[in-house]
Amino acid sequence: MDELYRIEDLHLSLPDLNRKPILGPAPRIEILKGISFTLRRGEVLGIVGGSGSGKSTLGRAMVRLLEPTGGRVVFDGADITHLGEAGLRPLRRRFQMIFQDPMSSLNPRHRVGQIVAAPLRLHGVGDVPAKVAEALEHVGLPQHFAARYPHELSGGQRQRVGIARAIALRPDFILADEIVSGLDVSSQAQVLNLLERLVADLGLTLAFISHDLSVIRRLCSRVLVLHHGLVVEEAATDRLFADPQAAYTRELLDAIPLPDPDQVWT
Amino acid sequence: MSFLRVNGLSARLKGAGHPILRGVSLSVAAGEVRGLVGESGAGKSMIGKAVLGILPKAVEVSGGEILLGGVDLLRLPPKERRARIGATCALIPQDPLTALNPSRRIAPQITDRLVDILGWDRGRALARAEELLAEVHIPDPARVLRAYPHELSGGMRQRILIASAFAAEPKLIVADEPTTALDVTVQKQVLKLIAEMQARHGTALLFVTHDLGVVSKVCDSLTVLYGGLVVEDTDVRSFFAGPAHAYSRALLAATPKYTDPQASLTPVPDAVIRDVQAEVAAADRRARHG
Repeated sequence: MDELYRIEDLHLSLPDLNRKPILGPAPRIEILKGISFTLRRGEVLGIVGGSGSGKSTLGRAMVRLLEPTGGRVVFDGADITHLGEAGLRPLRRRFQMIFQDPMSSLNPRHRVGQIVAAPLRLHGVGDVPAKVAEALEHVGLPQHFAARYPHELSGGQRQRVGIARAIALRPDFILADEIVSGLDVSSQAQVLNLLERLVADLGLTLAFISHDLSVIRRLCSRVLVLHHGLVVEEAATDRLFADPQAAYTRELLDAIPLPDPDQVWT
Repeated sequence: MSFLRVNGLSARLKGAGHPILRGVSLSVAAGEVRGLVGESGAGKSMIGKAVLGILPKAVEVSGGEILLGGVDLLRLPPKERRARIGATCALIPQDPLTALNPSRRIAPQITDRLVDILGWDRGRALARAEELLAEVHIPDPARVLRAYPHELSGGMRQRILIASAFAAEPKLIVADEPTTALDVTVQKQVLKLIAEMQARHGTALLFVTHDLGVVSKVCDSLTVLYGGLVVEDTDVRSFFAGPAHAYSRALLAATPKYTDPQASLTPVPDAVIRDVQAEVAAADRRARHG
């Protein structure tokens, strides 16, 4: 019972700029409407939902890129819900993110080696070259890739660089937000296999956000299903697939086009 | 007879001459949906773009024919070619947000083509647009026609682009990954809608996708590409019963299938990649000496 995150009745609202009047503040739109769950150390949690369900907002609140408007985010026993930037600074090296689009999240003017080294230098960690080499080895990229630029890599290789950057600091928690949805099926499979191995080898704690339940099944031990800012189902992955309880989970599963012309798809 | 027939189509990068398409042949008949499948860089979108005459400036066709209703587009003078494509073909693009002009209302974005290309009067075009929005199950079409794109959801915008593609009763529609930007539940609605419209209008549809799950739902036949080379051309039933080519089999094994987690999401093995790359190289040698 080694609890890394405890999320209690989390609310978050953002200004709705589509409805902002010319003068005066924009009306606020409530994105998260009271979400609670816990995440244990070493666990891989899937967060699933359609677009607009609040899954990315939830992730960003967990790593405090967004400040919640209600409820609590407790990280490793400390309440970080409203912690200021100065208070967050020492925590930042303990959580890392992997982004959806590796092309726009890797600096095109930096070589792979510099990209992976950046968080290490920022947080003043010693022996940077050895740590970069180790991170590249963990994600299965040859050492000479350190000298390459992102545009010289394939989509799958770029996403490996994103993963190497995230694990270089050996963070307590990694947030992976739709990291395989832009990849071809074969690269998708490679990246999922890699994460599976890293979770086992390095004991990563991971929140894996996706709109696609079929990629969740391979990697995650537990799944939260989000719909309109609320958790509609929380279950162990096997249970969720064998016996989905919420109507919305059923709908998400039924909408996945299986590679099978005989699938009933009504 | 197939409305679209592509014979030995080759395309390359201008200057460097790097091949993009290597002697591609395929056909699509009226009422048929053909999937074009492959990983990124396989050339699947390029085929659709070559047919519609919208290849990127850096790419040129270097050989072959594109027969549209029996006439080779590549032999027509540019003006005639554009007129022929404009009158008989349409595109359903990938990204519904960038395909619509954000500063214009929906109505003119649908009616412009009817007025400018087909010479309809504005009243008739507007009536047709309203009728089409109703056909793609958009509630309150009159209101949506007056809306701006940002006021509508992604699924709604994609419905509008589908309606717009069918507006001039084209004989051929190229759908270029029309659902990759949508989440699964909206994807399902949009795919069903495309299938419904295609069946009702008897259109020939060239459906570009990287998702074999989607192929199994909407296509009758499919062409699998690797590096601009056709590795398999078959009907959907035989393909999913057992692909003939090793690369196709590996692609199918890499496709997620939540009902069978052990037998899916397997990366394409290096040996399979080496073999298919050898086939590509052999095709290039044949092209040079033949």
